[in-house]
Amino acid sequence: MLWLQSGGCGGCTLSLLNADSRHLFDTLTHMGIRLLWHPSLSEQSAQEARQLMEDCAEGKIALDILCLEGAVLRGPNNTGNFHRTARGDSMMSLIERLAQVARYTVAVGSCAAFGGVTAGSMNPADACGLQYDTDSLGGLLGQAYRAQSGLPAVNIAGCPTHPNWVLETLATLASGNLTAEALDVFQRPRLYTDHLVHHGCTRNEFYEFKASAHKSSDLGCLMENMGCKGTQAHADCNTRLWNGEGSCTRGGYACISCTEPGFEEPGHPFAETPKVAGIPVGLPTDMPKAWFVALASLSKSATPKRVKENAQADHQVIAPVVKRTLLK
Amino acid sequence: MNDQLTRRVIGPFNRVEGDLEVTLEIAHGRVKHAYVNSPMYRGFEQILQGKHPMDALVYVPRICGICSVAQSAASAQALAQVMQIVRPENGRLSADLTLAAENIADHLSHFYLFFMPDFARDDYAKKRWFGEAQARFKAITGSATADVLPARARFMEVMGYLAGRWPHTLSLQPGGSARALEAAEKMRIGMLLAEFRAFLERHLFGDKLEAVTALESESALIQWYEARTHQADFPRFLSYAYDLGLHQVGRAYDRFMSYGAYEQGQQALFTSGVWDGAYKTLDIASIREDVSHSWLAGEAALHPAQGFTLPQPDKLDAYSWCKAPRLAGQVVEVGALARQMVDGHPLVRNLVAQHGGSVLARVVARLLEIALMVPQMESWLQAIQLGEPFCVQGKLQDGQGVGLVEAARGSLGHWLTVQDGTLLNYQIIAPTTWNFSPKDHQGVAGALERALLDLPVEESIDNAPVLVQHVVRSFDPCMVCTVH
Repeated sequence: MLWLQSGGCGGCTLSLLNADSRHLFDTLTHMGIRLLWHPSLSEQSAQEARQLMEDCAEGKIALDILCLEGAVLRGPNNTGNFHRTARGDSMMSLIERLAQVARYTVAVGSCAAFGGVTAGSMNPADACGLQYDTDSLGGLLGQAYRAQSGLPAVNIAGCPTHPNWVLETLATLASGNLTAEALDVFQRPRLYTDHLVHHGCTRNEFYEFKASAHKSSDLGCLMENMGCKGTQAHADCNTRLWNGEGSCTRGGYACISCTEPGFEEPGHPFAETPKVAGIPVGLPTDMPKAWFVALASLSKSATPKRVKENAQADHQVIAPVVKRTLLK
Repeated sequence: MNDQLTRRVIGPFNRVEGDLEVTLEIAHGRVKHAYVNSPMYRGFEQILQGKHPMDALVYVPRICGICSVAQSAASAQALAQVMQIVRPENGRLSADLTLAAENIADHLSHFYLFFMPDFARDDYAKKRWFGEAQARFKAITGSATADVLPARARFMEVMGYLAGRWPHTLSLQPGGSARALEAAEKMRIGMLLAEFRAFLERHLFGDKLEAVTALESESALIQWYEARTHQADFPRFLSYAYDLGLHQVGRAYDRFMSYGAYEQGQQALFTSGVWDGAYKTLDIASIREDVSHSWLAGEAALHPAQGFTLPQPDKLDAYSWCKAPRLAGQVVEVGALARQMVDGHPLVRNLVAQHGGSVLARVVARLLEIALMVPQMESWLQAIQLGEPFCVQGKLQDGQGVGLVEAARGSLGHWLTVQDGTLLNYQIIAPTTWNFSPKDHQGVAGALERALLDLPVEESIDNAPVLVQHVVRSFDPCMVCTVH
């Protein structure tokens, strides 16, 4: 496995180092993965590293897995010169050469998958993903691209990626079990995108009663006012958790759907929910609008005082009542 | 170019965060000129223009995966200034705990993952300590990696409570922290800190943290490590570094700057200022960013509040995407060494007085900060008052804001202007922008460029000499921050 970084922040690698109190490199070894080179972790520098990449590109070293972290920088004027290598060529052309020989090509993070934050606003560096330009197929490698295995680029989207999304995808690849059916419509591994961030959210009681947060640090549901897309975003952040017992919604802030293409330009301030006639534009996935509106108004009128008051406080002001009659 | 000069381009430099190339001009076996190139441009300052001001909190942490909290903290501080709000005590403590956790984890990653593996390179095969260095510090396979990765990941579980996750949190807000702690969580953080302290005292220091922070001079340091050379990793480093003379190489200008770290009421934990042979106060207004050797448009060097960023890829005489920040026209070095020089830790002041700001001094300052900060985190945690507010709210208005924080690698500044409810301008000077700046319009070399001068390097090299690698990595560069 060869790991390269381009137009990104390196955060997916740093996140990978958080993998559940485990020894990351032992884990990789047990999967049968030999790390040829990683920019932050390997010994080889400069000429040694360049030679290794050349040997991979020329087929002298068999490249099973090519991982790219960070977007491909195509600018300025399609030269790729916003990221040049020490050989004088562009990182863009190096990635393209390596992708042609790799058995599997893996985009680690939303930048490498879709362009991500690096492609925000007017996209100054003309950033794109390996096989996507935001939500359209294409990117650097083109719609028809297939790695030597026959699979398109595998998009482990997320900003950053959860360490286990990366490890489990690599383990599936290494065991030869990653098929086209294991990827969703954006070529993301379904092992984590067949879930919604909403699943396992600790604010679920507030959601049920539409007892909403109104300001930062409120305990209530973040969907109605605070921009939360957890009911629509594909990822298992609240069931597998981050850094022990964390997640975005547990950290006090909205899910900004960082696993979805184009999350960087939502068309509204991130921390404000866009609404039409008081109804959030982005409704929960698979939920018919009429039912959502009906249930929301019903549940709002049924909200217990405890839930209503706690929703707008930063700590629980009313604890759930303890029944003195054994629970039935 | 002088005929006698041999020119060598060294890159990609790995085990730094992001991309780096260094060009050396060598004559008679010595480095005569060095040119430091940050070869990647993404354009965050352009991306931020026109955004809703609060959206900066989503964008700026994503400048850098290794100092993302520092970026959030600087942005939150600048926005708080525009909104004219002050964080409640709990919010301040919580944000400081979050930043301290990041800074400590970064120092630890630098030492074990980025810096120490160079001692296990075959260049040192004849050294008496080579066997130990290889077994302990070899990249990826060394026994230290097996110890430090789980300990670091476990320590970062404090981020799960304080910030939801790391990197890229939105818990840090202008008004404090969006994440109020509960009683059980406060206790769990305390237990994680205790576990981490035990790891540090067992593996890194081989002694109590308080015994390390009490060292007051180089002679005390030498006496201390000689008594425990094979017992822990910091003493191991010191024995290799003194053997190789790393206390005598890698000096830049010995002029240091710190914005002041972990603001506490009126006074920061580590004070702000400049050290230039003596302590001076810091004048932020005298900062200018020069672009004479950067692939960026612009003529005069501008204060960041007036600065702008516009690529000009074909510019003559340019050799980096990095700007050249100067304080009152002068190059300053930033980082843990600078922070402790300015604050006046006796050990660090003594090391620099003896030999200047060397490779060894930079590493010592970083590990000293780990030993200083863990007890500090323990006491901040205790100071959190459960049930009291963590966050206040404010109203956005037009105006200018400045956020100045100390990231692991040194001084990080954000300058923003809000006009008509959107960001008119956003300028960032990151720590490594200071340390790895190209030359300015007067041809004055940046801190690393200066530190590489006169190093012994053979003209025939086709790879990075290990001494050059020590000097470069001693700054703990973060290249994704540098250009952003």
